[in-house]
Amino acid sequence: MLNFMENIKTIPVGEWMTNFVDWLTDTFAFLFDPIKEGLGSFMSVITNGLVAIPPIIFILLVAILAFFMTGKKLGLAIFSIIGLLFIWNQDLWNQLIETFTLVLTASILCIIIGIPIGILMAKSKIAETIITPILDFMQTMPAFVYLIPAVAFFSIGVVPGIFASLIFATPPTVRFTNLGIRQVSDELVEAADAFGSTGPQKLFKVELPMAKYTIMAGVNQTVMLALSMVVIASMIGAPGLGREVLSALQRAQVGPGFVAGLCIFVLAIIIDRFTQNIYRNKSR
Amino acid sequence: MPIIKVENLSKVFGKNTKAALQLAEAGKAKEEILKETGSTVGVNRASFEVEEGEIFVIMGLSGSGKSTLVRLINRLIEPTTGNIYIDGENLAKMDKKELRRVRREKLSMVFQRFGLFPNRTILQNTEYGLEVQGISKQERTKKAKESLELVGLGSYLDQYPDQLSGGMQQRVGLARALANDPEVMLMDEAFSALDPLIRKDMQDELLDLQETMKKTILFITHDLDEALRIGDRIALMKDGHIVQIGTPEEILMNPANKFVEKFVEDVDRAKVLTAHQIMKRPETVNIDKHGPRVALERMREAGLSSIFVVDSKRMLQGILTADAANEARKNEVKNLSEIIQRDVPTVEKDTSLHDLFAVIHDSPVPLSVTENGKLLGIIVRGAVIGALAGEGEVNEHA
Repeated sequence: MLNFMENIKTIPVGEWMTNFVDWLTDTFAFLFDPIKEGLGSFMSVITNGLVAIPPIIFILLVAILAFFMTGKKLGLAIFSIIGLLFIWNQDLWNQLIETFTLVLTASILCIIIGIPIGILMAKSKIAETIITPILDFMQTMPAFVYLIPAVAFFSIGVVPGIFASLIFATPPTVRFTNLGIRQVSDELVEAADAFGSTGPQKLFKVELPMAKYTIMAGVNQTVMLALSMVVIASMIGAPGLGREVLSALQRAQVGPGFVAGLCIFVLAIIIDRFTQNIYRNKSR
Repeated sequence: MPIIKVENLSKVFGKNTKAALQLAEAGKAKEEILKETGSTVGVNRASFEVEEGEIFVIMGLSGSGKSTLVRLINRLIEPTTGNIYIDGENLAKMDKKELRRVRREKLSMVFQRFGLFPNRTILQNTEYGLEVQGISKQERTKKAKESLELVGLGSYLDQYPDQLSGGMQQRVGLARALANDPEVMLMDEAFSALDPLIRKDMQDELLDLQETMKKTILFITHDLDEALRIGDRIALMKDGHIVQIGTPEEILMNPANKFVEKFVEDVDRAKVLTAHQIMKRPETVNIDKHGPRVALERMREAGLSSIFVVDSKRMLQGILTADAANEARKNEVKNLSEIIQRDVPTVEKDTSLHDLFAVIHDSPVPLSVTENGKLLGIIVRGAVIGALAGEGEVNEHA
């Protein structure tokens, strides 16, 4: 009686999933290949462009930008100069740029995909009901699991890393966009309607501007999550600082691992403060 | 033709709308319907008409359905049944596109919490209604500026709403509603969020604006004083029903039922009643025809110590005391114009009781009530006190 499970066959969910991904890979190969090519060359253009800038000029530009974005305070500017000089000194400059490109590309794609989905959720109760559990799934499924189909679709390299980052990092943008639009006060929505706005007019003139700060908070989260995928993505061949951490891990080298980790930390702080200040300073 | 005509308009919140409507028609109370069907009747078969240029006030306590009713009229809330005619067009039967056209051209709305867009300047806020119509930047700026001038905010164009006081913000709300030159303005508790002094200023300003604009205004409020002050007619709502519709006087003097009566009880009668309503028919003599003898005779008959003097057109000339008349008779003076006091305490017919106090207090003679110099009636001190006490006869007229 207690062992009744022995009589029931294991449901072959894993097998189904394998078949499904195989089918996807075969069927949409015509789509995956151009995506891989296009995204790959787009990213190498950016990386090459950024690497071409002499590090010292790059560092100064970042510092000046930081100075003005934080409302002419010196803190972030000084941190950026010291932090980036340190990375340059450790001979990890190219890796830094590669990681930056990865995070930038993944974040832009997340925003392009996430904001419209968030708007859809805010506008449709049905969409919200369907999408919410999918977002939960995307966020709670261990990120390593995404790597497998990512490799199946795009083989190894930077593009599958982007794909895995997309799945992992898009949900906050979607959620915050939805939340931001739903939080717009009823009276403002009524005012927009009462004066005869069309749906898009209401969205672009009232709802999105009002939800801007909430959406930006979501974008900030997305960027941070994309950054946190750097090391994981390096397991399937994404270049950059993550690969340094990974190789240190594989060889049990504490020192180099720590240095690469520290560089990721510096990058994280700079990116985080930048994105936060975009939505804090430009109030209105 | 009335500009707004509402027929049997109902709104049921909840799933079981049909059953709820049937019960409502059977005359069941809101709570019973909620118990039986789980649905709330927000507005229950409301019907009324508003004439062009009228300020029609819908008044009721919170939960009476007044805010729902005003939102049914521009369909911010979809009606369950009923018809809404604006200028002869039935909004209830319109598709989205037509509805949008009517909202843009004929209706505008002023909100309780102002409903201003915090990310837009005052000018941009005022332009909003014109902007969504696709009117050119130049023209909409011109119109918006005109409308801001009208409410006295012409110099605040580039400020943001949070830089303005509540009263000023609501002026922007008003300017925005006026900018697209609507036929009907819906004002939802427009002044309720303002403190009492500012509220009174805004009421005055609305009345002033109305003198020149002649809009049709549907004004929602929970404040009876406000309703009485600005309303040409008032509809009282309770539990989704319209209980009574009438002019302020009609509502005060002839409450349709216990509910209205109770409502009206607390009104400060001093602010509502006017000289016109408590005055009495005056005893007069005609300055062109009569002399001191006739005057004395009339005073004796009526038991008065003074009498008002008018000319043939009933224009007030002055007052004659019994003493002066006696003196004149002894001295053989024939012409009344030599012996009357020309300085008579006078009030206009729509002066409120409240404002009468000061005048009547230091006056040894009754007050005269005039309209453009014509004597309409007189008020003695006793009448004021009687009216305040809520007893005594108050003149029945519109």
